[in-house]
Amino acid sequence: MSDYTKFLAGRVTSGGMNRREFMGRAMAAGLTLAAASSLYASSASAQEPKRGGHLKLGLEGGSATDSLDPAKALSQVLFCVNRNWGDLLVESHPTTGEPVASLAESWEPSADASQWTFKIRKGVQFHNGKEMTIDDVVKTLERHTDEKSESGALGVMKSITKIEAKGDDLVLTLTEGNADLPLLLSDYHLIIQPGGGYDEPTAAVGTGPYKLTGWEAGVRATFERNENDWRSDRGYVDSIEVITMNDATARIAALSSGQVHFINRVDPKTVSLLKRAPTVEILNTSGRGHYVFIMHCDTAPFDNNDLRLALKYAMDRETMVDKILGGYGKVGNDFPINETYALFPEGIEQRAYDPDKAAFHYKKSGHDGTVLLRTSEVAFPGAVDAAVLYQESAKKAGINIEVKREPGDGYWSNVWNVQPFCTSYWGGRPTQDQMYSTAYLSTADWNDTRFKRPDFDKKLLEARSELDKDKRKEMYRDMAMMVRDEGGLILPMFNDFVNASTKQVKGYVHDIGNDMSNGYVATRVWLES
Amino acid sequence: MATSVDDGEPALLGFAKRFPLLVLIAQRLGLSVVLLFAVSVLIFAGVEALPGDFATTYLGQSATPQAVANIRKDLGLDQPVVTRYVEWLGGAIHGDFGNSWASRQSVSEQIGKRLGNSLFLAFFAAIISVPLAVGLGMLAVHFRNRFPDRLINVISLAAISLPEFFVGYLLILFFAVKFGVATFPATVYDDMDLLDRLKAIALPTATLVLVVLAHMMRMTRAAILSVMSSAYMETAELKGLSAFRAIVKHAAPNAIAPIINVVALNLAYLVVGVVVVEVVFVYPGMGQYMVDAVTVRDMPVVQACGLIFAAFYILLNMLADIIAIAANPRLRHPR
Repeated sequence: MSDYTKFLAGRVTSGGMNRREFMGRAMAAGLTLAAASSLYASSASAQEPKRGGHLKLGLEGGSATDSLDPAKALSQVLFCVNRNWGDLLVESHPTTGEPVASLAESWEPSADASQWTFKIRKGVQFHNGKEMTIDDVVKTLERHTDEKSESGALGVMKSITKIEAKGDDLVLTLTEGNADLPLLLSDYHLIIQPGGGYDEPTAAVGTGPYKLTGWEAGVRATFERNENDWRSDRGYVDSIEVITMNDATARIAALSSGQVHFINRVDPKTVSLLKRAPTVEILNTSGRGHYVFIMHCDTAPFDNNDLRLALKYAMDRETMVDKILGGYGKVGNDFPINETYALFPEGIEQRAYDPDKAAFHYKKSGHDGTVLLRTSEVAFPGAVDAAVLYQESAKKAGINIEVKREPGDGYWSNVWNVQPFCTSYWGGRPTQDQMYSTAYLSTADWNDTRFKRPDFDKKLLEARSELDKDKRKEMYRDMAMMVRDEGGLILPMFNDFVNASTKQVKGYVHDIGNDMSNGYVATRVWLES
Repeated sequence: MATSVDDGEPALLGFAKRFPLLVLIAQRLGLSVVLLFAVSVLIFAGVEALPGDFATTYLGQSATPQAVANIRKDLGLDQPVVTRYVEWLGGAIHGDFGNSWASRQSVSEQIGKRLGNSLFLAFFAAIISVPLAVGLGMLAVHFRNRFPDRLINVISLAAISLPEFFVGYLLILFFAVKFGVATFPATVYDDMDLLDRLKAIALPTATLVLVVLAHMMRMTRAAILSVMSSAYMETAELKGLSAFRAIVKHAAPNAIAPIINVVALNLAYLVVGVVVVEVVFVYPGMGQYMVDAVTVRDMPVVQACGLIFAAFYILLNMLADIIAIAANPRLRHPR
């Protein structure tokens, strides 16, 4: 480690530098991305955590219809609220995305990865004083695998055919090999509840660092520290209050007046204004979420690969990141994976805006006339502006795109996955396998590009049960190339998660897993008086 | 000779002649029930016509066809529309609005809390704005076309021209962010004591007062002015009635109908029309509750809210009419 990087690390430790700044400088000093992020993580954690205080979060994404049942958790607020009281069997590492132990201490696959044995942690108590047993674990997983359940994890869990307790171990049998199984169990719905949560799914009794003390859907949730927490590296504040604030201006006003310590979903358009407040810190983290323009590969005129390529080359990605994300994001390369995934296929050439190539392929496709693109503000923030920007850049390549603005109400049932060319977003998934299986497998429920390729499917299934990491990486590279060069996906940008806090908040972990420090923000930070 | 009532005329008709007001009230009540019924049909049909359905909207991108089918079946969405309507109306008549589809909790229970919050806010906004509006209106009449009148007019016009969210943001900016004297957000919750509650609602109340004030004030001013310029007021003056008597006996009953109407409309607005204010101030009222429910097509909640809102409008309008009729006997005998 050079003196300069040491100095940078010191600045992080003393709280004088945020991640964005640090990463930029460290990488300029010659560190690789992985080295810089692990150095950042270790320096950031070197700050001495303080205990105590009352943490207030103002979050977008709550509603009067929210239910505390983890099986039905969908909203951003629940994502964060449920993290406070419940634990999963497996968590994902904040910077590498690898599975790390939580209520499961360790795990072991069979040779073909179709059977997994998990050692379950002992001596962990639920909030109601009962000790967590293997029985609770089995029942929880059963509840989420039940065909009749309404669990949001049903899609993830459907490959599990048998859940059984062998002594104190949990044994899961799958329909086919899956090297990613531990990560699948880090799905945020799969909180271990007493008795599996069959009796009282909404009781919010778990093994987490905080106990729920008050709950009003769409309004407020309050927590106090669980004094019997089995972990000591979390739960620094005494109490937490999560207030649902769906209005962006209200969140900003509450943060800048110091009424809350943390807000999520800061609009890129207002970041620069918010930055001016001396008490406020912007917290942005690269994520897996991406904004997309999707074409149906089986519908004319998009069933022509030359037309698809023309439309891909006609996209000015840099401008999109700049104008739509305000710089808070990274350019995409027309496949749904970025370097935040384990086994990311490096070295694939970045596709750039090229009007000449676009015009060439457009001519070759034989298509003329306009191309109809449907969009709506709900597709992603700034989607309508993005569509118009795209229209402009395509015009320079001689391609005429007609932008049709659809009503936001009903967009997801009437336009997305129905119309052949529209704007949309994806939140990303814990693993490459899951991302591809959800949207690019021929039989996928949400194959919104109608990408149907037997050779792709075959490779995906092979990679799933492949335990050799190098071989897997090679397979993922081939798959990425197929989607990139022949698929119906135009992926101009991966969006950062942009949150903000007051400067009192320390120890924020930039977790690549998901927004708000992968939902763990309240359990990981501490307050400096 | 017996009086006409004893003369074999049906008792009911006689009663009606003697107490025309009660009959009018009964008529209005009957009409209100019919209206409510019609509204219930409209609400049901309206929600039915919304694009997208609960199962897909609720589960969003993580929905699998299996989960969607489970939910639809579970909620009886596979039943025909008419069956569902009849079942819903049957429950609603008994005050049972069923369970929310999304949270599976009793709608009546949840609405009780939310409606309480909405009424709390509306009540304070009303007891400040109504006397203030009427008072300012009279003041404006008194100083007609002079400086105070002009000032009141300009300020009220400005307040009514600004959208309510903007008024709200301005108040937040100055009183919460810049000076730090007001509480924000205005979130209220169960175990909050009255003083904290009052502090919390200070800014939203102020916003609402500013928003509804102008409308009522201008109507008061116009109504009193129009009465003052009528022929019978001149007669009253000419026959030597004191100014006070002239106003109480002759002017007030004729001016009260338009004033009470606009007051009723604004009161109804304070309960059912404050969604934007609730969102801006993060206040857990009915409006926010209904918007949340519409977003996920949580029909039992949407219908219950719609029906309650309609009931408020109908009730307040009915009260306005009754008060107007009671104050002005001429209105009792429509020509």
